[in-house]
Amino acid sequence: MDHQPQLETMAVNPARVGNSKAIRMKSFYKKLAKNKAAMVGAFIVIVFSLLAIFAPLLAPYDPTEMQLSKKLETPSSEHWLGTDDKGRDILSRLLYGSRISLTVGILSTLLGALTGIILGVVAGYYGRWVDSLIMRICDVLLAFPGILLALAIVSVLGASTTNVIIAVAFYAIPTFARIVRGSTLTVKKLEYIDAIKAMGARDTRIIIKHILPNVLSPIIVQSTLYIASAIITASALSFLGMGTKPPTPEWGTMLAQGRSYVAQAPHITLFPGLVILLVVVGFNLFGDGLRDALDPKTKK
Amino acid sequence: MSLTKEESILEVRNLRTSFFTDEGEVKAVDGVDFSIEKGKTLGIVGESGSGKSITSLSILRLLQEPVGRIKEGEVIFKGEDLLKKSKKQMMAIRGNNISMIFQEPMTSLNPTLTCGEQIAESIRIHQKLNKKKAWEKSVEMLKLVGIPSPEKRAKQYPFELSGGMRQRVMIAISLACNPELLIADEPTTALDVTIQAQILELIKKLQEDMGTSLMIITHDLGVVAEMCDKVAVMYCGKVVEYADVKTVFTDPKHPYTIGLLNSVPKHDEDVEGDLAIITGSVPSPFNLPSGCSFAPRCPSAKEICHATLPELAETSDGDKVRCWIYTDQWEKEGEAVSRHE
Repeated sequence: MDHQPQLETMAVNPARVGNSKAIRMKSFYKKLAKNKAAMVGAFIVIVFSLLAIFAPLLAPYDPTEMQLSKKLETPSSEHWLGTDDKGRDILSRLLYGSRISLTVGILSTLLGALTGIILGVVAGYYGRWVDSLIMRICDVLLAFPGILLALAIVSVLGASTTNVIIAVAFYAIPTFARIVRGSTLTVKKLEYIDAIKAMGARDTRIIIKHILPNVLSPIIVQSTLYIASAIITASALSFLGMGTKPPTPEWGTMLAQGRSYVAQAPHITLFPGLVILLVVVGFNLFGDGLRDALDPKTKK
Repeated sequence: MSLTKEESILEVRNLRTSFFTDEGEVKAVDGVDFSIEKGKTLGIVGESGSGKSITSLSILRLLQEPVGRIKEGEVIFKGEDLLKKSKKQMMAIRGNNISMIFQEPMTSLNPTLTCGEQIAESIRIHQKLNKKKAWEKSVEMLKLVGIPSPEKRAKQYPFELSGGMRQRVMIAISLACNPELLIADEPTTALDVTIQAQILELIKKLQEDMGTSLMIITHDLGVVAEMCDKVAVMYCGKVVEYADVKTVFTDPKHPYTIGLLNSVPKHDEDVEGDLAIITGSVPSPFNLPSGCSFAPRCPSAKEICHATLPELAETSDGDKVRCWIYTDQWEKEGEAVSRHE
């Protein structure tokens, strides 16, 4: 990430010397810290990450343990967020569910981004028919509504958490490929690429050492934002019964199960819904803040 | 021929490079011949769009294919035609045997790598050195190009250096592998005047120390006078005059060269009135005149100039000029016909 703030300082002060990496990181943090919304987002993301990591320690009950005598209980001191139709503790299920949702969100984004970056940079750098081929495939993928494509993939592969990750990642590919291709097209025309070519560098070296570091910042922003939509897509798939299977606690699955009891026990659907909302808002705020902090044009 | 072939390190013969655009073919380089002797400096002069930079990119085969393509010609480097080399062979030559300095030091360094890393990288492309050795060598190179406290500077990023410093780093990169030929594409154009002189001096000194041949592309006749042994004047993709630097300044032959020299403002004379100019403008590359490209702007152009392109022919004193005036044909022609646009 250190490459980006430097774009910002580039025009500022050529006399700045010393440990430049540290200086650039510092200015980046400063900008980010000034952005209150981004800090709230970061706070939410960090809290949820911690909750996910320490879920086994924090959860008051076993998330799959059914106590049918206590089903559909409203929030109380015993069950802070109440119980569901099978008498399972909702708080514990949400805590464990965060592990699945965050893992799916992050892994699918990583997988999709990585593939997209490779395809995008190859398309942008080599151009001609390679570019046309890759971009046409991306166009086709983008023509499908995300959830439909994911549904199609999961129905082919079968419903499981792994397949949800694959499906969501697959849909991420064209988005990332497009962003990276665009930035690659810009960077490849810069003089230092010509200069390093004139030094006899091979294509792979040029791509890895000289193009990728310079196109990373939009990818970082996009990844953060994409995690949010990946969580939503994954939850939606589970809600539709095409994702993580019960009794594994998953936010989307919990929503689906609570659906039949909305009138009697709204808290079963309310809390998973709120949690999804909160995490998604957190990632979005953080992503927006990152974009502002990484953008050399938003200097105050 | 005034140049003996054994001595020349680079010989360009009848180089033709075209760009194929939607509007048609642009003959950016249209029959260029010159050679560079070992350890000597050739200047290529011409205005923007005359094909200077494309010539140098053609030599290194760095054109944006398939839009730009070398149509014909030979680029003989140390007896071998570079245009016949494979991609891989060219990569081994670039940077190692022939390297290049670009015009814009602000953008020709990678903003995400330190200066030292970039020099070390160029070294490691061609030499099997470990990281530490390459780093030491790059610090050495920074010292060689006159950068104070090179150990510290090597750890800095390009944006922390001034334009002059960056151009020094570029020079260090391009000379890191001790190339036999250095192509400098307007190396001082983007720098301010005091720094220009320093950079030129540095290039000259390093060239002498390392025995490098130099091809310098410029539109600045002052740079030519200072640096070059031979000069090739280009107009519309063609060499119109190719001569010793002294002859170009004392006895320019082609009307374009004469015009160029006349339009240099003279500081030692008190001249009243406007600066001398060459009337007209460079013809559109899509629609070059059928005869001599300079004919529409040439004060002495005759009918033959508009009709037929002259050859680059040797004159009595060994210089080459592409102009009808210096042929036997000239006297037979009638009066000058002006066809200003």
